[in-house]
Amino acid sequence: MVTTEQHIDKELIPILEQVSDPEIPVLSIMEMGVVRSAIIKNKKVHVQITPTYSGCPAMDVIGDDIINALKEAGYESKIELILSPAWTTDMITKKGREALQKYGIAPPLEAEADKAALLGNEKLVKCTNCGSQNTNLVSQFGSTACKALFKCEDCQEPFDYFKCLK
Amino acid sequence: MNENLYKYILGVADNNLILGQRLGELCGHGPNLETDIACTNISLDLLGQVRSYYQYAAKIAGDGRTEDDIAMLRRERDYLNVLLVEQPNTDFAYTIGRQFLFDIYHLLFLNELQKSKDLTLSAIAAKSIKEVSYHQRFSSDWIKRLGDGTAESNSKMQAAIDSLWSYTDELFHQTQADELMVEKGIGVDITKLKSAYFNKVSEVLNEATINIPESKWFQKGGKEGIHSEHLGFLLSDLQYMQRTYPNMEW
Repeated sequence: MVTTEQHIDKELIPILEQVSDPEIPVLSIMEMGVVRSAIIKNKKVHVQITPTYSGCPAMDVIGDDIINALKEAGYESKIELILSPAWTTDMITKKGREALQKYGIAPPLEAEADKAALLGNEKLVKCTNCGSQNTNLVSQFGSTACKALFKCEDCQEPFDYFKCLK
Repeated sequence: MNENLYKYILGVADNNLILGQRLGELCGHGPNLETDIACTNISLDLLGQVRSYYQYAAKIAGDGRTEDDIAMLRRERDYLNVLLVEQPNTDFAYTIGRQFLFDIYHLLFLNELQKSKDLTLSAIAAKSIKEVSYHQRFSSDWIKRLGDGTAESNSKMQAAIDSLWSYTDELFHQTQADELMVEKGIGVDITKLKSAYFNKVSEVLNEATINIPESKWFQKGGKEGIHSEHLGFLLSDLQYMQRTYPNMEW
């Protein structure tokens, strides 16, 4: 359940959409849902971002990238890291999920399906290369905190799966 | 400064720091690539969580201390972690056994901390739960795999649980700061989590065909700053850069 709405001033949206997640360059931070608010007050922008995972090392870079992007557009800004409400994979937009799939990272399933897939009980994660569901979990932890590693038994390609976080 | 709240936060957070450091030691040394990555990922989660706790503690201290000072510049006796988390990575069964015995506690604890009257602590708990439930799944899975695996993996897993068992009771030991925070509705009454903990632990160990140790002798002291011999070595590693090059920045 997402308890609070995002408050982002309209004119800031195109600027923030240009900032991407350093670990997943195809995904903008807006599609990722990490920007919770961005408000212009007295010509200064106050931006609130929330981490995907507590230890996500990308957060510092994302903060700096936002400051730089806003600076280029003529705004001074201040970044605040907020923990509540905690980020969930539901905050990834539809466009973001499509971008993930295209990039080679299977987007998160719903919570129950995710559990079944990660316990190896059901084959539910679709291969990002050939679309087959004949896939197996290789490792519960992948190259970054937010991913698990899967392998396709049809085309034999390994691929990342973005874990469901709720 | 609210000394008791400060101490309470350290008592919670130091477990994360020390266990995170232990797991970090496995970076590049895990038994295989997947478990190596898993242990360091769990470490990263724990260290991410500890930053939030220490930032809050630094704010409460209000004397210019930073999260880094709290993590790196205390003396051994000022660390308030339980003895369990400082135990070494003797072999993979110990690493997993230690993780499992802590994860079960950690998840029960965060579920309660989420209800804290202190909004910062409850937000950190709500965030951490998502990550820690994943840790618990991973470590429980490995307990079963090793326990119910070959004769050799079973005997190693059994030896690790037998050896680590004496550190479990301390998880429920309440310090004076703990008690005061419980009274205020900020802290978690951990004494109430004990039976749920041992039920859950037993359930997994049974499934893993691991015998539950009968020993009734339990170690304690970590939460009061009295540690096993292992912590000093861990800290000398952890603090090396800051001690050698004071105020050095990344």
